Amino acid sequence: MNDNQQIVHTVKEQLRPPIERIPVFRWLKENLFSSWLNVILTVVSTALIVTVVFGLLKWALGARWEVIPANLKLLLVGTYPVEYLWRVWTTGYMIAFLLGFSGGSHGGLMRRVSTTAALISIVLAVLPFPWGTRGWLVGIAVAAAVGFGLGYLGKGIRWCKRLEIAAWILSFPISLVLLNGVGGILPVIGRRTTWGFLLNLIGAVVGIGLSFPIGVLLALGRRSELPAVRWVCTAYIEIIRGVPLISLLFMASIMLQLLLPANIRPDLLIRAMMTVTAFSAAYMAENVRGGLQAIPRGQYEAASAVGLNKALITILIILPQALRLVIPAIVGQFISLFMDTTLFGFIAILELLNITRSIMGNIEWRGTIFELYVFIGIVFWILCYSMSYISRRMEKTLGVGER
Amino acid sequence: MLSEKITSSHSIPFWRDIRVLRVIGQVLFLLIIAAGIWWLLNNLQMNLKTAGLNIGFRFLKNTAGFPISEGLRYNPTDVNAYAFWVGIVNTIRVAVIGIVLATVIGIVVGVARLSSNWLVKKLAGIYVEVIRNIPLLVQLFFWYFAVMLTALPLVGDSIRLPGSIHLTRRGVYIPWATATESFSTWMFYVIGGLALAIIVYVLRRTQLKRAERPGFPIAWAGMVFILIAFAGWFLTSGNPLALTVPVLKKFNFTGGLWLSTSFTALLMGLSVYTGAFIAEIVRAGILAVSKGQIEAAKAVGLKRAQVLRLVVMPQALRVIIPPLTSQYLNLTKNSSLAILIGYYDLMNVGTTIFNQTGRAVEMILLIMASYLTMSLLTSLLMNYYNRRMKLVER
Repeated sequence: MNDNQQIVHTVKEQLRPPIERIPVFRWLKENLFSSWLNVILTVVSTALIVTVVFGLLKWALGARWEVIPANLKLLLVGTYPVEYLWRVWTTGYMIAFLLGFSGGSHGGLMRRVSTTAALISIVLAVLPFPWGTRGWLVGIAVAAAVGFGLGYLGKGIRWCKRLEIAAWILSFPISLVLLNGVGGILPVIGRRTTWGFLLNLIGAVVGIGLSFPIGVLLALGRRSELPAVRWVCTAYIEIIRGVPLISLLFMASIMLQLLLPANIRPDLLIRAMMTVTAFSAAYMAENVRGGLQAIPRGQYEAASAVGLNKALITILIILPQALRLVIPAIVGQFISLFMDTTLFGFIAILELLNITRSIMGNIEWRGTIFELYVFIGIVFWILCYSMSYISRRMEKTLGVGER
Repeated sequence: MLSEKITSSHSIPFWRDIRVLRVIGQVLFLLIIAAGIWWLLNNLQMNLKTAGLNIGFRFLKNTAGFPISEGLRYNPTDVNAYAFWVGIVNTIRVAVIGIVLATVIGIVVGVARLSSNWLVKKLAGIYVEVIRNIPLLVQLFFWYFAVMLTALPLVGDSIRLPGSIHLTRRGVYIPWATATESFSTWMFYVIGGLALAIIVYVLRRTQLKRAERPGFPIAWAGMVFILIAFAGWFLTSGNPLALTVPVLKKFNFTGGLWLSTSFTALLMGLSVYTGAFIAEIVRAGILAVSKGQIEAAKAVGLKRAQVLRLVVMPQALRVIIPPLTSQYLNLTKNSSLAILIGYYDLMNVGTTIFNQTGRAVEMILLIMASYLTMSLLTSLLMNYYNRRMKLVER
């Protein structure tokens, strides 16, 4: 079989069409001036580009960009205590190490992602940050490189792969414990601080991570043969999807404590996380359901012909295939949840967007509104665009569209 | 035969009978859910009791007492229920106009992404990728705080766009038609024309169906309607609608229609954001129609317009409508972000009523019920349309 593939490959390579060299003039004529309409469109869009680019440049050169470096720490991690910042960096190291490990052992997309992350941290280290920050940034690249090396050595070893998956799953609670602390060992940060951009990241990761198991159960419930289960799950999914997140956050901020016993009064941050999880679970369920529907009937029939019961069919045959299919959709959901975390400001949680208000309230930085919003926009754009790029690549490698 | 014997025999005890087990499982499941809900409600009752509150909707009849600066005619002396209604109408207003604008943007950009012009294609692509990957709230804040409240000039030296549209820091002023005395007379013609148009539509449709011919009964009906409306316009004495243009008086503009800063910012933000998503949907829909279909249609001898109307559009729409519906729903739900830029939509009015009365549970129920109703109505409407498109295609 391997040989066959090889042959197909070489044949394809031999038959690759010759690269045609198109003269510039002809390219212009074909792509910009092929008809009168196109000439007009080209002229109009050139004018548009020139005005926009010039306007932007003129503004950007005169903007007070010093507001960003002066408040960078506040924007990114809020008032997280400086003496505990090493915990944030350590979390970063762990993720970088794991990324590097996966990149080393898998290659392909994962490898590109991990190298890009390491490169970005090196590029950032060149920028004029304080020397301490630069050291930490270099450390990220080192962690990724070490992970890469280990992963490369462990490539193809079975227990290495299992260890990798376990480590990824464990990294989720470990990060939370590291960042927030745990009673007795690490001082708890909790609501003593404002979290800044870190909270947007944590909110999205917690939302997706916790909503995943709930979402899978809801999706299975919605496809259940038992009408009672099906109705309850469908009702939950449709109600949550029918109302805006902001109304759920409103509910979390003023009504959730009314629904809990008098001795349980969760912190606002916890309530926000609960809301995001409950919200995201409904969307997760729909994504997973999409994956479940894509599994051909034959799989069910074959599995039951082999003698598996319903539960085993679901766990061993259907879910592994379905979940693999929905990874890109989950990445997409992560992106939109990540962007939705900016709504936390509505219930007076100081995440990235809301923290800008306190900066603008500072007399020193009055009138820096454009700079701050443009900075936030760029931060979100870079992260979201690269994630959506990854998910599109994944769609190709997983062959989702080809079923 | 054999299987029948086995199931009908009493050899299977009831605790292993799948039918019994299923019923028991469901009853247990429902019991657990009910117990959970009962627990929550019980907590609610206890908490309300300790706080000395009760649940009831009588507060809706109390005077609202807070101002709402736009939308239906409203006084702070009106009751809470009416204030909430004003909020609902404001939400519908921004959602409907936003949906229309977003669809226009989406179609233009979606088609532009498939343009043969390289520059236009790239521009549309940049628009989509930039807009889709920046949080909507950041964009709304940008439109509101940065553009409307900072970048625009004061009322005195407004930016004038052709057609006497004025952009100022206090809002946007546009020319608007206002009803005069003869408006009601003209409305008779309009309603009569509408009734006649519906009759024409039904008749023409049955006629076409009987003849098994494709056609546009809606075009006939529209023509009839427009003719009668126009005739009515000339038959009524005096103009039923008068155009008023915003004119700068001492401190502010008079005449025309005033769109508040928050409304304009919300409208721009929502339609620009949703437009980017719709553009992708439109592009995918058009690409989904296979080339062979178009070539075959041409080979049969259809003209260009006919190919588009009879072959491409029905098939593209079938792909486009379901995701488009969810975008429309998203836009409606996203309009709740209005509260963060001070537009009086239902979320904003609802939370204001809560702040005034302290009725958390009731207001949340009302807000969620309103959004659910709107979502349900939109998806019913779009599902109906979708079903019709499917029938046309077959």
